[in-house]
Amino acid sequence: MEKNNKKAWLYLLPALIFLAVFMIYPLIDVFIYSFEEGYNSASQTFNGYGLYNFEFVLHDPYFIQAVKNTFILVVITVPLSTFIALLISLGLTSIKKLRDMFQTIYFLPYVTNTLAVGLVFMIMFKPTAYSDGLINVLINWFGGNTVDFIDGPYWAKMFVLSFYTIWVVMPFKVLILTSALASVNKDYYNAARVDGTSSFRTFRKITLPMISPMIFYLVITGFIGAFKAYNDAVALFGTNLNAAGMNTIVGYVYDMLYGEGGGYPSYASAAAIILFAIVLTITCINLLISKKKVHY
Amino acid sequence: MKVILQDLTKKFPSRNKKANTEVTAVDCFNFEIPDGKLIGLLGPSGCGKSTTLNLICGLQQPTSGKIFFGEDEVTHLPPENRGVGMVFQNYALYPHLTVKQNIIFPLENLKGKAKLSKEEMNQKALEIAKLVQIDALMDRKPGELSGGQQQRVAIARALVKMPKVLLLDEPLSNLDARLRLQTREEIRRIQSETKITTVFVTHDQDEAMSISDMIVVMNEGKVQQIGKPQDVYNDPVNLFVAKFLGTPPICVFDGRVEAGSLIIGSDKVMDVDSVSDGEYTIGIRPEGFIVNDNGTLTCNLKTVEVMGRDISIVSEHGSCQTGSFRSIVSSEQGIDITKASVQFDLKPSKVFLFDKETQKRVPFQVK
Repeated sequence: MEKNNKKAWLYLLPALIFLAVFMIYPLIDVFIYSFEEGYNSASQTFNGYGLYNFEFVLHDPYFIQAVKNTFILVVITVPLSTFIALLISLGLTSIKKLRDMFQTIYFLPYVTNTLAVGLVFMIMFKPTAYSDGLINVLINWFGGNTVDFIDGPYWAKMFVLSFYTIWVVMPFKVLILTSALASVNKDYYNAARVDGTSSFRTFRKITLPMISPMIFYLVITGFIGAFKAYNDAVALFGTNLNAAGMNTIVGYVYDMLYGEGGGYPSYASAAAIILFAIVLTITCINLLISKKKVHY
Repeated sequence: MKVILQDLTKKFPSRNKKANTEVTAVDCFNFEIPDGKLIGLLGPSGCGKSTTLNLICGLQQPTSGKIFFGEDEVTHLPPENRGVGMVFQNYALYPHLTVKQNIIFPLENLKGKAKLSKEEMNQKALEIAKLVQIDALMDRKPGELSGGQQQRVAIARALVKMPKVLLLDEPLSNLDARLRLQTREEIRRIQSETKITTVFVTHDQDEAMSISDMIVVMNEGKVQQIGKPQDVYNDPVNLFVAKFLGTPPICVFDGRVEAGSLIIGSDKVMDVDSVSDGEYTIGIRPEGFIVNDNGTLTCNLKTVEVMGRDISIVSEHGSCQTGSFRSIVSSEQGIDITKASVQFDLKPSKVFLFDKETQKRVPFQVK
C-alpha cells in the first residue's frame, strides 16, 4: 500500500507541477496583488496592504456597469439557451428523416470562428449609410422603425449580445442534450406507454429526471461561462467596451491590465477576486438546489 | 381473459435496401390462450418469441393477422387501451422514483371516471406490494434493491392496474441460478392467486417446463408445437422440439429400418412395425437407456459421473451425430466402470424416429 502510494504520487507529479506553477501560484499572486495598495508596475513597489483596491473597484462606475451587464447577460442567456437547446434536442430525437443533416447544421456554429460570426451579426444588425442591415429591413417590413442595434439604445445592444451569446453556446448544449436523450433506455418509454402515460407526463416524470444530471452540468458550466463573457462583446462592439457601455467583468479586468487606461494590476486583481467570489457563490447555490432536483 | 392470435405475422423490412429481403420474425401464429393460464413462449434467441410478446402488448403492430382479447379485437389498439401489464427484461423501473412511486405510477395515469384518490392509490399499491411481498421496501429506490426484489417491484407495477393479460419478457434471465428457482415459484404463485392470463417468454426450457400450464415452442418465427409441457416432451412433433426440450439433451443417432428392425450402426436395437424401410434420424431420451449386459446397443464407455440419485454415463457410438452422448440411469442399476464397452436396452416410449429430409416425427409401433 505504502509503495503504491509513492508510485501514484510519482505519476501525478508532472500534472501537479504544472498545476502549481501555472494555476496555484498565479491564483495566490492575484490574491496578494488585490491587497497591495498603490502598486506601481514600473518600479514594482507598493505602499502597503489594505482594502483600497476593492473600494476603488466597487465605486468605479465602469465596474458597476460591467457587473450589471454581466448579470443581465447571465440571467437571460443561461436559462433561455438551455431551454431552447432542450427543445431542439427533443425535436432532433423525435425525427427520423434527415436527423444527421439537422444535427450537423445545429453543430456548425461550434466550429466557426466567434469573431467572424460576430462580424456577420454586426452586418445583420447594424444600420450603415448604405443599408439598414437585414434585421432592420425585416423590422421595417413589419412596419417598425429602424433600430441601431450596435450603437443604439442599451436594450437593443443587450438584445444583440444575448442573442449572439445564446447562438454561440447552443451547439454544445444541443450536442450534450441529444446524446443524453439518446442514452435514456427505450424500455422506460415502452413501460410508460403500456401504462398509458401521456407524453407530457412522460417527459416531466421520466425524460427530465433521467437527463437532469446533464441539464445541471449545462446550467453550471453555462453560469460560469456567461460570467466570464468577454470575447462575444468584443466581437460585436469592438475593444472599447466601456465607451459602448457594454463592458463585462472580464472585460473590465482586461481593460485595467492592458486597456487604454490600463496598467493597474491591483485593480484588475481585485475585480477578478470579486468575480471569483460571485461565481463561487452562484455555483454553491446551484449545488444546493441540485441536491433536491437532480437524480443521479 | 382468453387471448386469440389469428394468423399473426410480423415482417421487418431488410436493413440492406438493395437486397430487399424481408425478415419474417413471426410467421402465421395461430393460438388460443385459455383464460387464466400461464403460457411459456419458448425458443432459441431470434425465434420471434419477444416479437410475439410485443405484438400482444401492442408495442409493435403486426404485418397481418388479428389479436383478440376475449371477444374484442385489439389488433390496432395502442397498448394503453388494451389493458395489459408488461414486465420488461431489464425491469425498466424508474430509478429516480421509490418503490411505492413506481407502483403507483400507472394508477396516476388514470383519467376521468377511473381516476383514484390518493388513499385509494396507496391502498391498491399496498395490496399489490403485499401480494409480491415487497411491502417492507416501499420507500427504497430501485437501485437499493436486489435483482429479485426489483423483479417483484416490476411485477407489482404491471399488476397494480389489474390487467387482463400479464406479459413477462425473459423474467428470470437477470437473476442468479438460486434466485431463478425461487422467483419462478413466485411467479407461479402470484399467477395462480390473481388468475390473470399470463404469457412469458424464455429461452430456458427448464423455466418454461417447470411453471407453465402450456408451452409454445417456436423456431425461426414458426410455431413448432403447442401443448402441456409433459406432452410436448413425451411426444415431440419434430427433431427441433425433441432437441430443444430436455437436459441433458436428447441423443441423436443415424439409423435405418430394415425388414421390421430398427438398426443403429450394426446393432439391431428394436423390432418395429408399421414403418417403411429406409434411413431415419433416431432420437433417444437420456432416460431411455437401460444398462443390460445382453443389451442390443453396444457403445464404448467413456466416463461415468455419479450424481447421487442417478448416474450419468458418457459413451460413444459410431452412428451418434454428436460422437458421444449422455444417458441417465438409476444408480441402483450399477455399472462396471472398468469395462471398455457398455450395452444398453432401449425403452421404446423414449425412442423417436424422424424423417431425414423433413425432420418430422415418424410414428412407429413396437412389435
